[in-house]
Amino acid sequence: MRVKVKQMFPPGHVRTPFYLRGKTGEIERELGYFKNPEELAYGLNANKQKLYRVRFSMSEIWGEASEASNDTVDAEIYEHWLEKV
Amino acid sequence: MPHDHNNELSSSGHPYRKDQDYPLTYWQNLEIAVREILIEKNITSETEIQLTIEEMDNRSPSNGAKVIAKAWTDPEYKRRLLIDASAASKELGFDIGPLKLIALENTKNIHNVIVCTLCSCYPRNLLGLPPDWYKQRSYRSRIVKQPRNVLKEFGLNLSEEITVRVHDSTADMRYIVIPLRPPQTESLSEEELTKLITRDSMIGVGVPKSA
Repeated sequence: MRVKVKQMFPPGHVRTPFYLRGKTGEIERELGYFKNPEELAYGLNANKQKLYRVRFSMSEIWGEASEASNDTVDAEIYEHWLEKV
Repeated sequence: MPHDHNNELSSSGHPYRKDQDYPLTYWQNLEIAVREILIEKNITSETEIQLTIEEMDNRSPSNGAKVIAKAWTDPEYKRRLLIDASAASKELGFDIGPLKLIALENTKNIHNVIVCTLCSCYPRNLLGLPPDWYKQRSYRSRIVKQPRNVLKEFGLNLSEEITVRVHDSTADMRYIVIPLRPPQTESLSEEELTKLITRDSMIGVGVPKSA
């Protein structure tokens, strides 16, 4: 399934790296539910969120600047950061 | 040789670290206070704390090497490692606790390398403490953009036919690379194989030593 990382910039302890925001990738696997670190980091009663491993191609992330377009970056992204494309 | 260095440089040109002649910081005081309360309330003990620190200090890449050597020699174990690396490493006595471990298999066509761009997440139960370069911004920012160049700096030249997969430990997973078993190692025992498996080969910035 293809997904896009939301282009948003909330303050705080966020585990979605800037370089992947707004980028489209493929779900590599589902990882299950984990307590949302954006709440957990502040001692809040964190809700569980679904976590995915998303695979991005280097050309999608870096465009012309990529070394080899078929190389990839896999990262763990929480569901509330993803939208279907 | 004088032992009072002041601000001199060592013979290799590095500054000496200053002595810590300052009072405990807020956080150091807090740690001591919490530790003392926990001991007082019998929630933990000084022995348990000491043993835990020793256990943490004793973790080293030889733990990871045992897991990899078993995966190389036991296909059934490798299958379990690829499905659930936390459980498979626990089988050998290396408990990763609440974190989840994913094993990434290198093949003739795929080379895996791990990083944590946001901080320094690292499979400590299998590899011990991370090397300094793993925590530095230079490695963290460059490996996701130009992995081939970075790997070349580590002495690893990958042909164009090989796909590089970078794995960014952004949240709750930790990763370990299963490197390719070197050729002409069929006759080696599991224990002999562990000696070929380097820390860097399990991070993905190197390959195992040849037999």
